[in-house]
Amino acid sequence: MPGHFEPLPGGGAAVALDEVEISIIRSLAVQLLELIGPGPGEDASDDPLAELFAEGPSEPPSDPVLKRLFPDAYSGPDVEANSPEQAEEQRAYSAEFRRFTENDLRAAKRENALTVIRSLDTLSAVGEGGAVLKLSAEESEQWLRALNDLRLAIGSRLDVVDEEDTDLLYRLPDEDPRKPMVMAYLWLGGLQETLVETLMS
Amino acid sequence: MGRVTAPAPLETEKTESAEEVFAVPEPDVPWVTIVHNDPVNLMSYVTYVFQSYFGYPKDKATKLMLDVHHKGRAVVSSGTREEMERDVQAMHGYGLWATLQHDRK
Repeated sequence: MPGHFEPLPGGGAAVALDEVEISIIRSLAVQLLELIGPGPGEDASDDPLAELFAEGPSEPPSDPVLKRLFPDAYSGPDVEANSPEQAEEQRAYSAEFRRFTENDLRAAKRENALTVIRSLDTLSAVGEGGAVLKLSAEESEQWLRALNDLRLAIGSRLDVVDEEDTDLLYRLPDEDPRKPMVMAYLWLGGLQETLVETLMS
Repeated sequence: MGRVTAPAPLETEKTESAEEVFAVPEPDVPWVTIVHNDPVNLMSYVTYVFQSYFGYPKDKATKLMLDVHHKGRAVVSSGTREEMERDVQAMHGYGLWATLQHDRK
């Protein structure tokens, strides 16, 4: 079955994709871009300094996918505050961390998703049998992160919060409305797995 | 799991900023970066991240990944608060679920 990355001599990786696969990845990457949103200043002013000094948000995103992509830095699962004061301290530190990092993190994730879209768009002359996508070592690294972000996004939408949830996904009946999304999730997992292998070999 | 707190919080005025509080040197209380388990992230990918970002050998990276997987979390690095914020930001860049806190010791 296609959808397996293989290492290229001299670095980088290649995978054969058919038209449907290309359009699925592309459409998911576009959705991720829309979710992450434009960078600071992109729609505000022409002043480059304004963007340079723009501070990120201090509150966690309300969307569960974004919350997973940009989690709090000072509180997590099983990290419970021992007192209201400590909880307040964790909130304040997380807010400060977010102000100074979230814009950069969003920009990096946007760039990775854009790399995915651009490299797929170079495959426009797709024949009946699909096309072979070739990635440089650097593009492979960006694809790897983008594939992970896509899986995090889909996993979050599918409410995958523990290992048992993943097991359940494998056993969904065909008529379940989540089935197409689950298929995409599992397929992207295979793509990512084989891409990691090319980078570790 | 309870969290062992840092030494008694420093008393501060409301007007004092967080930076001033942490300007107080605490050489004996390093900070740690913790990676939390996540059913979405692939085991191979997590191992790859530990190898490529921290430069850990494959054995150590694999052990840390297994700790995350089986114990729910693992300390992946330690150092100053600034260094740990940098590591946490990098982990978030990779899509790993990471937090920082004072070491429990």
